[in-house]
Amino acid sequence: MTKKKVVLTFPAENIEQPITYRLVKDFDLILNILRAEIHEEETGRMVLELEGPDKAIEDGIAYLKDQGVDVTEAARDIELDIDECVSCGFCTAVCRPRALQLDDETRELNFIKENCILCGLCVKACPLGIIKVKF
Amino acid sequence: MSKTFDEINQKIREGRAVVVTAEEIIDVAREKGAKEAAKMVDVVTTATFGPMCSSGAFINFGHSDPPIKMRKVWLNNVPAYTGIAAVDAYLGATEMSEDRGLDYGGGHVIEDLIAGKQVKLKAIGFPTDCYPLDEIETCITLNDVNQAYLYNSRNAYQNYFVATNSSDRTIYTYMGTLLPKLANATYCSAGQLSPLLKDPYLRTIGIGTKIFLGGAQGFVSFEGTQFNTEKERTENGVPTTAAACLALSGDLKDMTTRYIKAASIHNYGISLFVGVGIPIPVLDEDMIEHLSLSDEEICVDIYDYGVARRSRPNLGRVNYKELKSGKIKIGGKIASTAPLSSYARAKEIAEVLKGWIQKGDFELSAPVASLPKHKKPTTLEVRSKVGGSCD
Repeated sequence: MTKKKVVLTFPAENIEQPITYRLVKDFDLILNILRAEIHEEETGRMVLELEGPDKAIEDGIAYLKDQGVDVTEAARDIELDIDECVSCGFCTAVCRPRALQLDDETRELNFIKENCILCGLCVKACPLGIIKVKF
Repeated sequence: MSKTFDEINQKIREGRAVVVTAEEIIDVAREKGAKEAAKMVDVVTTATFGPMCSSGAFINFGHSDPPIKMRKVWLNNVPAYTGIAAVDAYLGATEMSEDRGLDYGGGHVIEDLIAGKQVKLKAIGFPTDCYPLDEIETCITLNDVNQAYLYNSRNAYQNYFVATNSSDRTIYTYMGTLLPKLANATYCSAGQLSPLLKDPYLRTIGIGTKIFLGGAQGFVSFEGTQFNTEKERTENGVPTTAAACLALSGDLKDMTTRYIKAASIHNYGISLFVGVGIPIPVLDEDMIEHLSLSDEEICVDIYDYGVARRSRPNLGRVNYKELKSGKIKIGGKIASTAPLSSYARAKEIAEVLKGWIQKGDFELSAPVASLPKHKKPTTLEVRSKVGGSCD
């Protein structure tokens, strides 16, 4: 069993489709919706954790792409300009899954991508404006 | 055993001074004892790097031809105060831009100036016989102006508070984003590295003390606003809440953006990260007692910012070691903790200052006047209605 976190971007014509239902029913995947939203420009976006055998995850993603859904790996979407970071800690105050934490020894900021659920709270919390969510 | 400032400076000049950081002195004192540590070490460098709202810069732009008596001034659309002489202004760090709101303000202009960027200066005049011009717009850089120096009215707080939120909604404060129901707690101090925690009765820090400010050499100018010596102290002499503080000044032209950084605090406002380093001379054995205090021995009180009143409920006391562990208990609940002040950058500043002293580039200055021994701030009591008079 593998877990994979993906960001799905739905084109407007697909917003009506029960795509997550298909992923469960036809590919036997365990789904955990971490975030879902519909934007003004009428695209839908979902942060989804897929769990299942590698093959099922692969087939499920292929099906999504067939449906015109854009699939990207979730962790690629957070960008932290670490060279500009001063390790103040403001972002760690709002990071519930502890993806952003200060190293015990050096007290410098670490970004542990696999913990990130792309909630975006850190983007606003960063006083230097150097964390960006890219979809 | 006692040493004087002069003796220590003589050692610095001869390259013989022993300098350690406020973190290193903890182990030195533990291994050798206070007596031996006081004999061995001459200077301890302390530092902090946190958001300090009461910061700003005086700038003198020089005179245009024909001249102008500036009545209103904007730098990159951020208003500066020019109710002083014709071409002098004070730019406050927390002043907001008129077109970019909380994304850009006085702190950002100060950072841009230090970075050597062009800044748009706009001024409206009050035409007179000797200052005929009524308006001016031009671009300036830090090199173009006569003087630009930080004058910060309240920096380097001696301890602060831990902020948490018991209400059932997220609140946005100068202590960062506080999640509902005591889910998180923020703190803002360098703890065992913090300058005024290591000389809690201000024996060696006073007016005229030479310091590290924003990467340059600066000075303690005065007591900080809201200076308070009367806060409750633990047995080791350390106040458990925001107590003493300093007014600091230094030349912007010598500073660097590594140690001065603008901050936009979400849904609250603009501030300025200021890097401060203060050298503390080891005059005698008694000083080691405070200089060697570790995070575990420095306590701070927790306050509920969910109650928007002057007196917020006190929810307990923790030490900085507990805060750094990432979790504390508040009334039986576990809250995640987060700093707002960069310990990593503070440590770097303490090292840089240590290097300056070891190389003989920085000598200590004894205060020309002490800061008040007993002083506490007053409050503002509202005695008239909005629109009412003072008769």
